[in-house]
This record gives sequence, structure tokens and C-alpha cells, in this order.
Amino acid sequence: MAAIEILGLEKTYMVGFWRKRPKRALQPLHLTVEEGEIFGFLGPNGAGKTTTLKMLMGLVFPTAGSARILGREWTDPEVKAQIGFLPEQPYFYDYLTAHELLDYYGQLSGMPSKDRKRRVEEVLSRVGLTDVKGVQLRKFSKGMLQRAGIAQAILHNPKLVFFDEPMSGLDPLGRREVRDLMEQLKQEGKTVFFSTHILSDAEALCDRVAIIHKGELRGVGAVEDLTSSVQGKVEVIWQGVQIPPSMKALGADCHVTGDTVRAVVAENQQDAAIDALRRERIRLIAITPLRTSLEAYFVEKLQHSQTAATTVGSSK
Amino acid sequence: MNARIVHIASNTFREAVRDRVLYNLIAFALLLSGAAILVGQISIDIERLVVVNLGLAAVSLFGVVIAIFIGIGLVSKEIEKRTLYTVLSRPVRRWEFIVGKFFGLAGTLVVNTFFMAIGVFGALLYVDHKFARPDATILVALYFIVLEFLIICSLALLFSSFSSPLLSAVFAFSLFVIGSFADDLRGFAGLTHGVTRWFTTGSAYLVPNFSALNVINAVAHQQHVAGQLILQNTLYAVFYTVMALSGAVLIFERRNLK
Repeated sequence: MAAIEILGLEKTYMVGFWRKRPKRALQPLHLTVEEGEIFGFLGPNGAGKTTTLKMLMGLVFPTAGSARILGREWTDPEVKAQIGFLPEQPYFYDYLTAHELLDYYGQLSGMPSKDRKRRVEEVLSRVGLTDVKGVQLRKFSKGMLQRAGIAQAILHNPKLVFFDEPMSGLDPLGRREVRDLMEQLKQEGKTVFFSTHILSDAEALCDRVAIIHKGELRGVGAVEDLTSSVQGKVEVIWQGVQIPPSMKALGADCHVTGDTVRAVVAENQQDAAIDALRRERIRLIAITPLRTSLEAYFVEKLQHSQTAATTVGSSK
Repeated sequence: MNARIVHIASNTFREAVRDRVLYNLIAFALLLSGAAILVGQISIDIERLVVVNLGLAAVSLFGVVIAIFIGIGLVSKEIEKRTLYTVLSRPVRRWEFIVGKFFGLAGTLVVNTFFMAIGVFGALLYVDHKFARPDATILVALYFIVLEFLIICSLALLFSSFSSPLLSAVFAFSLFVIGSFADDLRGFAGLTHGVTRWFTTGSAYLVPNFSALNVINAVAHQQHVAGQLILQNTLYAVFYTVMALSGAVLIFERRNLK
């Protein structure tokens, strides 16, 4: 069963004061997220990521389309008992302590009082918020608030967790911890759907990603598939600073770094490059197919859409 | 009552307490004790009248100010600060949120009124040295003041569900002032003719009738308050509150939380 099925959700806002005009925030979006995967929803700021998440949470109403979450209509209140949500730059009732906040959210999620107490301690320690008993949230740093936000999202042991920019406001150590937490959630069989514009996080974590730009889905697929659109080249690394003339003859692009040389050659010349090194009795260290990074794929998709828009504009 | 409404109401009450809203009781206590001492020295035989009038008017005014200034922020502040997102992403329906917020604020005002009522009776005891049987009617006046608060809370919530806090405050306070003269407005409507009569009568009956809920002067003069008026005012306040809350729910149910 799919954890999330987005069936043509779209959103158009009316903007302007006197003369209202439509502004499309999200083009009809069709997307399926399978159970148990970490799914990255990527896009630059203002791409429509948060609008999509807000629609799935019932905070914003779509202009058209629908969605199914965990096999039920997304508007079904029962669905919400099984999902967790961390909004972007979360802000909480600052007169409460972290324990009180989580206890309140536990009550709203219908958790029994006995489980709540145990679970609050458990999730606070899981997100690294120990020793905060009695401290009101108004005294929390941005990173601590983000951790409290993550804690409230996983408090009721949801099957599906939505994180909107979960790494925002966290230091490198905090980001690492959140990445570990997301991997743990996956290992526990939960589905994680998170939006981000930090591509390295997505590349390190996600099973699949979708790229959205200006409210339109530009690409979706497994990270390996998107990044394996290899440019037909391999990287050859060998020991030393010597560059054999036969390697140059292959048209290799060579760079000396310290006591190693890196050369990029065409994939069909890989064997010839190995032979060239053998003839010179040079120690080969590695041969790796050159993959497109997620960042390169992302930039390409964005540039492609901009070029298309310019072409359409100029043809008018 | 629905458990989620109770949790939202208790959290709203807790917010008011932690934000030191009940500190107004200190100002009230100072005002009332000062007034009691003063009238004790300068009034002859009208100490009770002055203390009851001043005390109940202060209870009403303090409560109205709290009801408006907390009520207008109940929804808009939650949207502005985005605290609502993590509430509505749980199995909480929007109407439950509105009703919970209403009961939280109403509870705060009832507790506030309870302590102020103790102050009024304390001041009365200070100037009169004893309680008389007619003093029980002060409880009726206090009950009507609480009904007044319920209406104002629901109106503040209604405005808060679609407007900015500043405009909501202006609307709610204007309705409070106009509603305090609702009887005069209805009398004025009776003097008009034709379309104007329809319009003025409709408007006069649309605004909350706070003048019917104001029995402070009668109570201060130890006049009897009829049981029928208590029943009428109760039904009227409940009806008006339910209508205003329904309006707030209808608007909020359709609102995009951008």
C-alpha cells in the first residue's frame, strides 16, 4: 500500500487588494510515496513544497485534486492520529516547558496518560533534549526548538512523518543526529516524507526524491537512478605524479593532487587507460564511474525549466 | 464534553495564568480597597450604594477588557505564530479548536470574576460591617456580568477568525458600547418609519443587548431582580453566544492557514 498518494492536488491563490488576480502556487501534482521509504521533496525556496505539505495536513485547502494517506482520504481525522508533522521553523507555546508541550500534544493525539509520561521522556531523550525539565520554551535556542518540534512529530509513534525543512536551525552535529533519527525511523518501518533545499541531506538519506520548481513537478525517482545518468566517463586514480604520454593520447583530463593523479576518460577507453598504466608499471588505485550528483541533476532540471520558459516567452 | 475541547480549554486557561492576566486582580483589589476606605470617610448612608456600584462596574469593565484583548488574539495569534499548525495536524477538528478556545477564555473570566466578587463582598463588609439579605442580589448582577463576558468572548472569537487583532478589538469594543445602549437603540427604532424602521429595528436587535444584562444600579438600590429576567437573559446569552461561535466556526472551517 502506498503511504501517500497525491492525486492532482493544485492550489491557486487570489492576490491583489482591489483587482484580485489568480496566482498558481502549485500545478496539479501527482505523486506516490511508498510505505517505509524516506522520500525527499526538493525544490528552491518558494517552489511549492510547504504549500503541498500544508494541503496534506489540512491547513490549506486545495483548489482541486485530492490525496490518500495510509489508504484513507487525507481529510479523514483518523488519519491524523497516525501521522506526525514538523512545520518549517516551528514555534510553540512558549509559556510551556518541553514536557508540558509534549504532554498537551499527547492529549490531543489521544494518548493514554500512562503512555504519555513514558513516551515524553523517551522522545525528549531521543532528540537530545535532556535536562530541560522546568525550562519554558521561550528560553530555548532555535536548535532546541527544532528538536522539540521533531519530538512532538514522533511523540505518538506515527506511521508516517512529515518534516518541513527538518535541518533548519541545526548545527552540523544536530543535522547529523536528525539524519540518524530519520534512518532509525525508516528501520522501524515508518515512512518519512521531508522537504528540503539542502541537497546533500537528500542525497545521503533518501530512497527517492521529487524535484519541484515554481509549483511544478520536474522529476521524481530513486536517487541512484537520477544520479546514474552517467556522463559516459570514468575517473581513474593512480599513485604518483607521472602522467604517461599514452594516457594523454587518450584525451584524458588529468589533475595531480598530492601524490596521486586523477584522470577522467571516456568509458569505452577505460581498458586502454588501464593498459597504459600497466605498461608504465604505475600503481592503479581506483576506477569509478562518474555519476551526476543530485545537485547537478537538480540544477539541470531548474535550468531546463528556465530555458523552456525563456523560449516560450520569446516565441510569443 | 469532548476530551480534546477540554485539553484546548485548559491550555488556554494555563496561557492566561502564565501570561499574568490574573494580575489584574491586584489592580482591582487596590482600586476597591481604596474606594471602600474613601467612601467610608466621605459618604453618609450611601456607602453601600457606592461600593456596590463601583465594585460591580469595575468587575464588568476589567472582565470586558480581558475578554476583548485575549479573545481577539485567540485565533489570529495562533495563526501568526504558527502554533496552530501542530495542533490542527493532530486529530483535532477546527470547530473543536474554536470551542476549546472559547471555554478556556470563559473559564479564565469566571475565575477572575470569582476573585473580584470576593473583593466586592469584602469591601461591602468593610463599609457595612454585616451582610443583609438583599446583598444576595449582587450574585445575580455578577451572574449577568458573566453572561455578558460569554457574549463578548464569542464576538471577539468571531472577529478574530477573519480579521486582524487591531480591527477585531475595534469591532468588539464598538459592539460592546453599542450593545450597552441597545434598549435606547430599540426605542429609537420605534420612532422611525418605512424602510428606515426595518433597518434600525434589525440593527437594534442584531447588536447584543448588554443593557438588559446590566442590573448593577438596581442591585445597588437593593431592588428585586425578577426570576423571569434571569431566565430570559440566560437564554438570550446562550443563544447569542452559540450564534457568534457558529459564525466563528463557519468562517474558520473555510480559512486557509497560509
